[in-house]
Amino acid sequence: MPTSELMNDLLAEAAQQEVIGRLHRFQLDRRDLLKALGGGLLVSLAGGSALAQESGRRSGEHELPQDVSAWIHIGADGRVTVFTGKVEVGQNIRTSLAQLVAEELRVPFRAITMVMGDTDLTPWDMGTFGSRSTPTMGPQLRNMAVTARQMLMEAAAQRWSADASGLAAADGRVTDPKSGRSLAYGEITRGEKLERVVSGDPPFTPAIEWKIAGTAEPKVNGRDFVTGRHQYPSDIVRPEMVFGKVLRPAGFNATLVSADTAKAAKMDGVQVVRDGDFVGVTAADPWVAEQALAAIDAKWNVPQQISNRELFEYLKNNPENGGHERDDVEQATPAELQQAMAGADVKLEQNYTVAYIAHAPLEPRAAVAEWSGGRLTVWTGTQRPFGVREELAEAFRIPESRVRVIQPDMGSGYGGKHTGECAIEAARLAKAAGKPVKLVWTREEEFTWAYFRPAGWIEIRSGARRDGTIVAWEHHNYNSGPAAIASPYNVAHQVSQFHPTKYPLRQGSYRGLAATANHFARESHMDELAHAVDMGPLEFRLKNLTDERLRAVLEAAAEKFGWGHAKAAAGHGFGIAAGVDKGGHVAACAEVEVDGGGTVRVRRVVQAWESGAIVNPDGLRNQTMGAMVQALGGALFEAVQFENGRILNPHFAQYRVPRFKDMPEVEVVLLDRKDLPSAGAGETGIVAVAPAVGNAIFAATGKRVRSMPMAAGGELSS
Amino acid sequence: MNDFLLKINGADVPVRAPGEETLLSVLRNRLHLTGTKYGCGEGQCGACTVLIDGVATRSCQARLATSTGVSITTIEGLEHGGLLGPVQQAFLDEGAFQCGYCTSGMILSATALLHDHPRPTDAQIVGYMDGNVCRCGTYPRITAAIHRASQLAVAGEKGGSGHAHE
Ligand code: FES
Ligand code: FES
Repeated sequence: MPTSELMNDLLAEAAQQEVIGRLHRFQLDRRDLLKALGGGLLVSLAGGSALAQESGRRSGEHELPQDVSAWIHIGADGRVTVFTGKVEVGQNIRTSLAQLVAEELRVPFRAITMVMGDTDLTPWDMGTFGSRSTPTMGPQLRNMAVTARQMLMEAAAQRWSADASGLAAADGRVTDPKSGRSLAYGEITRGEKLERVVSGDPPFTPAIEWKIAGTAEPKVNGRDFVTGRHQYPSDIVRPEMVFGKVLRPAGFNATLVSADTAKAAKMDGVQVVRDGDFVGVTAADPWVAEQALAAIDAKWNVPQQISNRELFEYLKNNPENGGHERDDVEQATPAELQQAMAGADVKLEQNYTVAYIAHAPLEPRAAVAEWSGGRLTVWTGTQRPFGVREELAEAFRIPESRVRVIQPDMGSGYGGKHTGECAIEAARLAKAAGKPVKLVWTREEEFTWAYFRPAGWIEIRSGARRDGTIVAWEHHNYNSGPAAIASPYNVAHQVSQFHPTKYPLRQGSYRGLAATANHFARESHMDELAHAVDMGPLEFRLKNLTDERLRAVLEAAAEKFGWGHAKAAAGHGFGIAAGVDKGGHVAACAEVEVDGGGTVRVRRVVQAWESGAIVNPDGLRNQTMGAMVQALGGALFEAVQFENGRILNPHFAQYRVPRFKDMPEVEVVLLDRKDLPSAGAGETGIVAVAPAVGNAIFAATGKRVRSMPMAAGGELSS
Repeated sequence: MNDFLLKINGADVPVRAPGEETLLSVLRNRLHLTGTKYGCGEGQCGACTVLIDGVATRSCQARLATSTGVSITTIEGLEHGGLLGPVQQAFLDEGAFQCGYCTSGMILSATALLHDHPRPTDAQIVGYMDGNVCRCGTYPRITAAIHRASQLAVAGEKGGSGHAHE
C-alpha cells in the first residue's frame, strides 16, 4: 500500500479514537507561562484532544521516513534490529511483525530484535490502536525488508562482479548458485547503515509461499514472562529514584478549596508539590509517601453531576453538533426510507443501550520520570508514546526534542492507555523533587481517573417482507460512536447515523470501541426481525447477505457449533451473531443456560474468525479467544456506576470482570485467506459475543434483553 | 522503621521497614523483586500472589511484621539452575499469556493447587484460581497449562527429576 494511503488510513482512524480532556494543566514556572501568553493574565488553557490535533494541523509534520536505515539495521554479526513506534501490549506484534520482516529479509526468525515504542530510537508513529499494526506497519516493514534484501544482493553482486538477478538470498546469506560463493548479510553491511530511500512498492512474498510468517512462532521473550524477569513500566527502577503520590479530587470537575499540607511536609524526606489544583508528594521511602498523602487535609468543591441512572435520558436529550451519516454506504433519503418502510410486511422499532465500562488493564497506569540536563525521559505504559511525548512537551513547554518516552512492553491497555496522565504527573513530581520519580496509580485511581468506553443509546427501525427480505433499516447511535454502524447485510434503503451528545464521564478509545455497541444492537435486532418473519436466525441472515467473507465465518461457526442439529436442553438456548469491522470478519454461536432464579451462565461459545492471511495462527487464536472472554464481561456484568462526579464501584470486588468461574467452553475456528492482505485482529473479535449471548438468552427464556450488561449482578436484567 | 529478617526463595533477607507495610511493597519497592505484581492492593486480583509455607497468599494483604519466620516463595524462586519449574514450563509451552502481567500470580496459585491436587479437576482449578484475574482473557489456556503442568510434574517424578523439560 502506498505510504500516503497508509497515512490517510491512520489519520482517519485517529479521529475515531479521540480521548477528550486532560486531567492537568500546570502553571509551572509563572514567568515562562506569562512569556508564552504575552504577559499579564494567567489563564488555564482549555484541554483539547491531542489526537484531533494530529489528525488536523499537525499531520504534515509527521511523514513516515522512507529510508531503510530508519527501520532496519543489520549488524556485522548478522543480527537484525527492527525499529517501530508500535508497542507490544500483549497482542503479540513483537512476534508477528518480526516474522514478517524475517520472511521478507530471508533471515532466521531468531536473528531479529524489535525495538518498539521508544521516541528517541524509532520512527514517529501515531499509536497502537484501531487494529492498524498488522495492515499498516506490516506492509511498511515488509517494504523496508524487501528493499534491504535487494540492496544486499546488489552489494554482493558488485563485490563478485556478478549479475544480481542470478543470486539467491536465504537464511541471512546471499549465495551465487553458479559458483557456490556466499556471503553472510553481516559481512556485506559490516554493520553500516542501510541507506536507500524506498520508492514505489517492492514486491512482497505471497502468503502462499511464506515459511516464517504464517507459522505459530511462540511469543518472543516468552521465558521472561514466566520467570518474572520482564520489566513492565511499573517495574522500572532508576538510581536515586523516589516514590510519588498524587492527591485526587473528591469528584470529577472539582475545584480545590484548600489543602493543608503542613503535616505531610514535616515527614521524613517528603516534598510536597503544589501547582494549581495539582497536589502531590514525593518521598524516598514508599511507605512514607503513602503516609504523607494520607496526612494532607484537602477540601474540594464538587459540582452536582448526573448519575448512571439518568444516563440514557441525558444522552438522548443533550445533542452536540457534528453528527454525520456514514459515507461508505449509500444513505437513503427520508422519502425513500418512508416509501420502503410502507412496502414492508413486518416493521420493528427497538432501542438498545450500552453502559460505560472500564478497561481495567491489570497493570494500572505507571510512569518513572527523570529530568537530566534539561531533558525529560519517561518510562510509561502507553499505546501512544509519541502522543505522550507531545503531551509532555506541551505540559512543560519544552520542545519535543527534549522529551523521550520509552514504552516497555506493558500490562496491556485494550485502548485504555492512549493518554499520558500518569507520565505527566510523574514528570511534574520529578521536576520538583530533582530526582527520578516513580508513580503507579492505584486500582481505584485507574478505575476513576482513566477514561471509559463511551455509553450509548441506539435506536433501530426496520422493515422486512414476509419472505424475509429486509427492505428498510435505520440505525441511530447516540454518543457511543460510528464504528461499524452501517449494516453489512443487503438493505436496499438504509440510514445509519451517529449522533454526538454531551456526556458525563471522560470517554475514549476501547478495544472494538463502538463496533461492540452497534453490533449488539444490530445483531439483536436481526434476531428479533428473524423471529418476526418466522425464519431461523442463521437462515434469515444468509438470505440477506452476499458478503462472501461474512457468509463464510457464519457458516464456519454454525458448522462447528452444530447449529440446526444440536437441540438445547431445558433452560438452555442457542444464539448466533456476526459482524465485520476493520477487515476482521467474525461470527459467534453461544449456548446459554438461565436457571429459575435468572442466573445466566454462558456454557459454550464457538467463534469463527477471518482477517485475511494469517501471520501467526497461535497468536491469532490467543487474541481471538481473549477477545471472546473479555467480551463476556461487557455482555453480562460490567458497568461503571457513578453519581455526582464519583465512581461508585472502583474496585474489582464491585466491578465484576470475567473470572475462571465464568468460563464457557471456548472454541475458535480460524479461516486463513492467503489470497487476502492481513488485517488487524486485536479488536473485532470482541463484537459478536454479546449479541450471540443475548439471542441465546432469548432462545432460553423468551426474554429479550436490550441493555449491556445483560446480567449485572449475575442475574438477568429486566 | 524496624529490622526484620525474611526468608525469601531460600535465602535470608534483612529488611528495614515499618512492620505494617505490605509484603508486596517490601518485595517490589525495597528488594526489587518485581516479578510479583501490583494489580489492586485489595486482595481481589491475585497478581501479587506468593507462596507462604507453600500456601498461595496475596502479598498485598500480608504485612511485613507477620511475614517473618515463614518461607516465602516468589516467581523468581521457581527456576532452578536455569531450568524452569514444571508450571512455568507448561505456561510457556501452552502460550498461556498475552501481556503476561497476571502470569506470576497465576503460576504461583497453580503451583499451590498442584501441590494439593496433583491431578486437578476443572472444578478444583476454578476453586483455586478464581481469585486470579487475567484481563486479557487467557483462562482457557491457563487451564490447559495447569493440566499440562500436572502431567509434566508426574512425568518428572517418574524420571527422577523434579523439573521436567520437554
Ligand atoms: S494486588 Fe494483591 S490481590 Fe490484587
Ligand atoms: S495475560 Fe494480560 S492479564 Fe493475563
